[in-house]
Amino acid sequence: MSLLDIKQIHGGYGGMNILNGVDLTADRDEIVVIIGPNGAGKSTLLKAAFGMLKINDGTMTFDGEDITHLRPDQLVGKGISYVPQERNVFPSMTVLENLEMGAYLRKDDYSRQMEWIFELFPRLAERRKQQAGLMSGGERQMVAMGRALMLEPKLLLLDEPTAGLSPLFIDQTFEQVKAINKTGVGILMVEQNARQALHIADRGYVLTTGRNRITDTGANLLANEEVSEVFLGG
Amino acid sequence: MIDFLQLLVYGVVLGSILTLGAIGVSLIFGILRFAHFAHGDIMTLGAFSALAVVSLGLPVLVALPIAMAITAVIAVVIDQTIYRRLRRTAPVILLISSFGMALGLRSLIQLIFGPNNQVFAKGIQMPYRWGDIVVKPDHLLIVGGAIVLVLVVHMFLSHTKMGKAMRAMSDNVDLAAACGIPAERVVMWTWILAGCLATAAGVFLGMDAQLHPVMGWNILLPVFAATILGGIGKPYGAIAGGMVIGIAMELSTMVMPPVYKPAVAFAIMVAMLIWRPQGIFKGQA
Ligand SMILES: Nc1ncnc2c1ncn2[C@@H]1O[C@H](COP(=O)(O)OP(=O)(O)OP(=O)(O)O)[C@@H](O)[C@H]1O
Ligand SMILES: [Mg+2]
Repeated sequence: MSLLDIKQIHGGYGGMNILNGVDLTADRDEIVVIIGPNGAGKSTLLKAAFGMLKINDGTMTFDGEDITHLRPDQLVGKGISYVPQERNVFPSMTVLENLEMGAYLRKDDYSRQMEWIFELFPRLAERRKQQAGLMSGGERQMVAMGRALMLEPKLLLLDEPTAGLSPLFIDQTFEQVKAINKTGVGILMVEQNARQALHIADRGYVLTTGRNRITDTGANLLANEEVSEVFLGG
Repeated sequence: MIDFLQLLVYGVVLGSILTLGAIGVSLIFGILRFAHFAHGDIMTLGAFSALAVVSLGLPVLVALPIAMAITAVIAVVIDQTIYRRLRRTAPVILLISSFGMALGLRSLIQLIFGPNNQVFAKGIQMPYRWGDIVVKPDHLLIVGGAIVLVLVVHMFLSHTKMGKAMRAMSDNVDLAAACGIPAERVVMWTWILAGCLATAAGVFLGMDAQLHPVMGWNILLPVFAATILGGIGKPYGAIAGGMVIGIAMELSTMVMPPVYKPAVAFAIMVAMLIWRPQGIFKGQA
């Protein structure tokens, strides 16, 4: 059984269903990428996995445990962390304080985890006293990921971590995602820079109108002509 | 010049009181996103709780922490029994219910303590004089007390886990939930902190003048003005906002009758809302 196992999930924001029966799995040793056109429900699927959606049908399990109707504050304790696409830092707080808030549920000494995050994002180490709201988009993204890693999650949900970043920062972010995954953190990531994302992905899901369209390995999806033409812009 | 300095002293005293109220209003707004109209009456409640303790024969400064505890508990109870149910509705409903709470509290206080002016201590204090400037011992106590409390709030917000969680929730509620920060516990601590500060504001107001069931309601407008001036939801801004409003209100009596003091606060508030609704300070704080 997979770490995260989503089966035939239907759900939305209270009105019509946005997800109309999606299946998805993710494991600790994987980078899984979700791509698809705007409005396909990619972000909505991540929110569903993080307990932020009204689930009308289907089931979700994490680590063998049913999580279909759990709330975000219950899921973080079980090992799922989520980085939203926008508004993903505490702007008036320093880098250090953002990381501390990420570790809010920890009662043990988390200084080693913090050191590791500062090694992963050296830029943050230099600016730990800086207010997150005053930092560049790329730096804020690092704060957001660092914050989400403080609880040493088993699975990290990332919504478009490279959106709005310069090419240099985009490459760097994908490298960081790989490095995080190497330490045994499963990655489930929505990406608009689909081609690059699929290059580092073990598996990928193409989503359209809240349904699975194509599911395959990253390499096969890149080689797939339909995917290439319709979803990767030729 | 003498007038000016003397009024400055009164302004700093009033500003200290406004600051203590405004920090609470700002914190509540930051966490719960509504303007707490009963805050003035929470101040009154704090002042009369202290009066009840003083009437047992204890000095005001001993009564203050006891009154803080009483008021904080009542504030939490009000929140849990009334506001909590309304949190999932529109913020305007919370605002209106707090208006109702203001009326209720005031009537209750009047019912228990009567409609007359009362004082903590009878008799006249020997003032200190520097040249022609007069400072009452109570004035020093009020300003000193406010400084201590502001420092305590600062230490709490910047150095304790709960204080930081409060700032986090006020920054971004959804992200705070994604960190596993327990929202209801943060809300409870917000009421405790705001209740204690309101008590101090009420007691200081009663020391400066007299206690009256409408004392808090009468000062709510300047407190809101101070909150808005500092940038609503920014507790540090409330400190500056309180001082500016307090001093402006007192200095205005050089050029117009004292009855217009609240109008000065109101004018500053309206000007701020038009000109800089985000407060005097730039950015996030
Ligand atoms: N908070 C919300 N309340 C109601 N509807 C929403 C909400 N968020 C998204 N939607 C709707 O859900 C649908 C899917 O949106 P979603 O954000 O999941 O798409 P997406 O695939 O992430 O698109 P994008 O590539 O633009 O980020 C859209 O029709 C959108 O309008
Ligand atoms: Mg999206």
